[in-house]
Amino acid sequence: MTLCIGSVMASSTDLDIVNVTKRFGSHAAVDDVSFSVAPGEFFSILGPSGCGKTTLMRMIAGFEHPTSGDIRIRGKSMIGVPANKRPVNMVFQSLALFPMMSVGENVAYGLTCRGVSRAQAEERANRMLERVGLKGFGERRVTALSGGQRQRVAIARCLVLEPTLVLLDEPLGALDLKLREHMKIELKQLQGTFNTTFAYITHDQSEALVMSDRIAVMNQGRFEQVGSPRELYHNPATPFVASFVGETNRLQGEAAPAANGTIAVRLPSGAVVQGQGSAAAKAALAFVRPEAVALAQDPAPLSNLPNRFEGRVSAVLFDGAASSLLIDTTGFEQPVRAVLPQAGPLAGIQVGAPIHVGWTADAMKVFAA
Amino acid sequence: MTGKPAQRLTLFLLLAPAILWLGLLIVLPHVEILVLSFSERVAPRVYAFGFGNYLEFFTEPLYWRTFARTAFMSILVTALTLVLAFPIALYIARVAQGRLKAMLLLLCLLPFWVSELVRTLGWMILLRETGVISYMLRSIGLAGQPVELLYNDGAVILGLVYGGLLFMIVPLANALESLEPAVVEAGYDLGGSRWTVLRRIVIPHAMPGIVAGCIIVFMLTVGNFATPVLLGGKNGLWFTEQIYAQFITRFNWPQGAAFGMLLLLLSSAIVWLGLRLTGQSLGTTLKQA
Amino acid sequence: MLTKRTSLKLATALAALMVVGSAEAAEKLRLLTWSGYAPADVVAQFTKETGIEVEVTTSNNEEMISKLRATQGAGFDLAQPSQDRIAGPQAEFGIYKPLDVSKLKSDQFIASMLEATKKNTTVDGKVYGVPHIWGTDGLVVNTKAASKVADYNDLCDPSLAGKTSFRAKRPALIAFAFANGMDPFAAYGDAKAYAALMDKVGAKLAECKKNVKFFWEGSDQLLNAVRSGEIVAAMAWDTGGWKLNAENPDMKFVAPKSGALGWVDTFAIPAKGRNDDAAYKWINFNMRPEIAAKVAAAAGNFTASNGADKLMEGKLKDQFAESFPKAAIDNIRWYPAVPAGLEEIEGKVLDRLKAGS
Repeated sequence: MTLCIGSVMASSTDLDIVNVTKRFGSHAAVDDVSFSVAPGEFFSILGPSGCGKTTLMRMIAGFEHPTSGDIRIRGKSMIGVPANKRPVNMVFQSLALFPMMSVGENVAYGLTCRGVSRAQAEERANRMLERVGLKGFGERRVTALSGGQRQRVAIARCLVLEPTLVLLDEPLGALDLKLREHMKIELKQLQGTFNTTFAYITHDQSEALVMSDRIAVMNQGRFEQVGSPRELYHNPATPFVASFVGETNRLQGEAAPAANGTIAVRLPSGAVVQGQGSAAAKAALAFVRPEAVALAQDPAPLSNLPNRFEGRVSAVLFDGAASSLLIDTTGFEQPVRAVLPQAGPLAGIQVGAPIHVGWTADAMKVFAA
Repeated sequence: MTGKPAQRLTLFLLLAPAILWLGLLIVLPHVEILVLSFSERVAPRVYAFGFGNYLEFFTEPLYWRTFARTAFMSILVTALTLVLAFPIALYIARVAQGRLKAMLLLLCLLPFWVSELVRTLGWMILLRETGVISYMLRSIGLAGQPVELLYNDGAVILGLVYGGLLFMIVPLANALESLEPAVVEAGYDLGGSRWTVLRRIVIPHAMPGIVAGCIIVFMLTVGNFATPVLLGGKNGLWFTEQIYAQFITRFNWPQGAAFGMLLLLLSSAIVWLGLRLTGQSLGTTLKQA
Repeated sequence: MLTKRTSLKLATALAALMVVGSAEAAEKLRLLTWSGYAPADVVAQFTKETGIEVEVTTSNNEEMISKLRATQGAGFDLAQPSQDRIAGPQAEFGIYKPLDVSKLKSDQFIASMLEATKKNTTVDGKVYGVPHIWGTDGLVVNTKAASKVADYNDLCDPSLAGKTSFRAKRPALIAFAFANGMDPFAAYGDAKAYAALMDKVGAKLAECKKNVKFFWEGSDQLLNAVRSGEIVAAMAWDTGGWKLNAENPDMKFVAPKSGALGWVDTFAIPAKGRNDDAAYKWINFNMRPEIAAKVAAAAGNFTASNGADKLMEGKLKDQFAESFPKAAIDNIRWYPAVPAGLEEIEGKVLDRLKAGS
């Protein structure tokens, strides 16, 4: 796979992963991955559990060693450099705060390891705590903190060392939903104020989309696509990216060339949809986002769309602004999902009501299966 | 309302065996020993109250020297046991997995399936002049004539450390097992060397286990009788031997009782000191043990 | 109310149980003795003749006294301490009851030994012990490796450094006192003189300690060390020496020049013994020549039973004859009764001996 890293120059990157492979026996957990992270960037690696993202992160931290390839930080190879000598610090999934130390000692730990005097380390730790909004918490036991406060201690503990790169291993996983939503924003803001490079791994596409400057989508040890959240969402490079990032309708059929540069996909029922893409083989997958599906009570408003179908509402999934409909559509095996605008004439639609759906050819991405 | 006294009665009945056990077998004998230790022989079958037995301890260098030697050697044995047990416990708790872990613990337990006496005799067979080690040293040419490895302090310490090892490993492994791997990794990640991680993270975390193990090993060592007597031979002087001698060969129970009380005092004082120095409470320590 | 009644009932039931328990154990003789003194076939024969079961506990002098002292003479129906260790502990702790000599068949005993033992174990005009088994303390010598050893002092000879042994118990003190020209038995009556004498002996032994491999505790430990050659000369009981001699003629029991120490183990009845009848029956049974000969053979020692020597095996007699020429027999030092308080003096000397290096 070739990756477009953009115009970032090698000398001006914080992290370069060069053809890194990690094998456990015959299984390649990380398979020939390359990418670079620019200074100050919030870079996420998104993938399902077991895709190799944790192994990749542990290699950057120095807890695992690549079978082949190189890991460079600010141009310096990290091969053979032990974890405690790398300018990289990690926020662990469990946070891994030191329970035998106070909050202040946790933050000062890294400084004292570097030989900073006790008094100076304490002072710097206190200043850092102040910056993350934990002023006066220095003497507390870490066990006496709330989830969000612990999170901030874990990050402060890394940032106080002014590392080139902070690695974050799904640090929001253990938080409840409300706090997680809040911490997403807070993390992003922290990263902005400190202007430190973050490498963040997660299986939650919403976390990645909200916080990242760029995201790498990882699957079975390889990168599927690297790009901005917008690029990934609107122009997925592979069917995996298309289905993993964001909600989508997935259709399976046979490809056939069609007029004016579009591709037609014939579904098993005989129905045909038109989309954009490059399906060389016969078997094809087509994706359309729920928000790209237009709804109407009669066929007239949709008459200029290449894809038009009739259906019946099978479920109303009310979720405020994110409400959607499931529509049993003639010729489709799965119900079509469509965003339900809460301000339009359809806002009050009921299950069983007849409805028309349609979308443009541009909104439908077609891939070889 | 009527349920309450019945409940109390049930509780009392449930606790009765424990209270009886404590009272009859632990507290009562100690009280009796304490009282006995303050009685002095005036004439045959005539005893009077007095501090003579304790005075005798302090005025006769033989006794308090043995006492100090026992205390010092016990502390030394405890420290050696800790140093030896720590890497083993670390391996069992953090490296070994599944069946290997169970096997290793079993291996540590194995020597305790035979009695202490038999274990000590086993060491004697190994260490004696005509024993296995002496023979091997000769056959590989490291020694020209039979070597006597028994009957010295080294042999006593060896036997005591061996006997205490398991009691150190188990609480240590317990304590170390509960240390989250990520916490250790975080210690390295933030720049800590092996030594820093050990000193500031692993050891503080294992402290309740360390203290528990040390208390058990120290108590076992100070109160041991067979090992110092058998392995130490003519030089293996141990305070318990003095107590035995007073009670059994000298028929001087009050003196033996006084010695017993002093030994109890010593153990308590050193345990207290250990807890104070490490900042542990007896409660958390006992939980770990 | 209810609980009180219940607990009362419980207590009654418990008490009843205890009474039943002790009644059941009535026809049993609890014997506190030395190993080898109650061979299984002798016990079986006794049970067959009298219907009394014998429960044997083996021990040594100090433990016998301590055990009986702990219970003030209860727990056993018959004990077998050495004759010199009866009067002192009796005066101090009152752990025995006087013997009814009329219940014993006196003619079964060697008369002179019976009289001497009765005299030695008499406290306030009452007799507490009669003789059973006797033997001596002397030197066990590997004549190949240590041919010159003839007296206790020779154990301290530098040429045998690290190859000798004795027990750190009172016989060693007595033996070395005699070997160095003192008479400890003559000083028995004078505690001060005895203490001074013992200090001298203690100094001598402390000097000798370098030469000693270990202070032996159990006879098997010593015998094994002699067999393996780790020990070539030791102060020990004659039985051990003869046992080794039977295995290897080079090992001999030697009566030391300054005199072997003669001991006599007795029968004595603990103060709270519950079955005196059985005890007397056991004594009379044991003193029958044919039984006494069996016991003596099992213990490897000699018996105080009159006429048993004629039934003894030839081997032991020959060994005795070799170890004890006429002059050596006359030179045997029989322990007089130990007055109360002397053990305290000896104990301290022994403690110092063990503590010194």
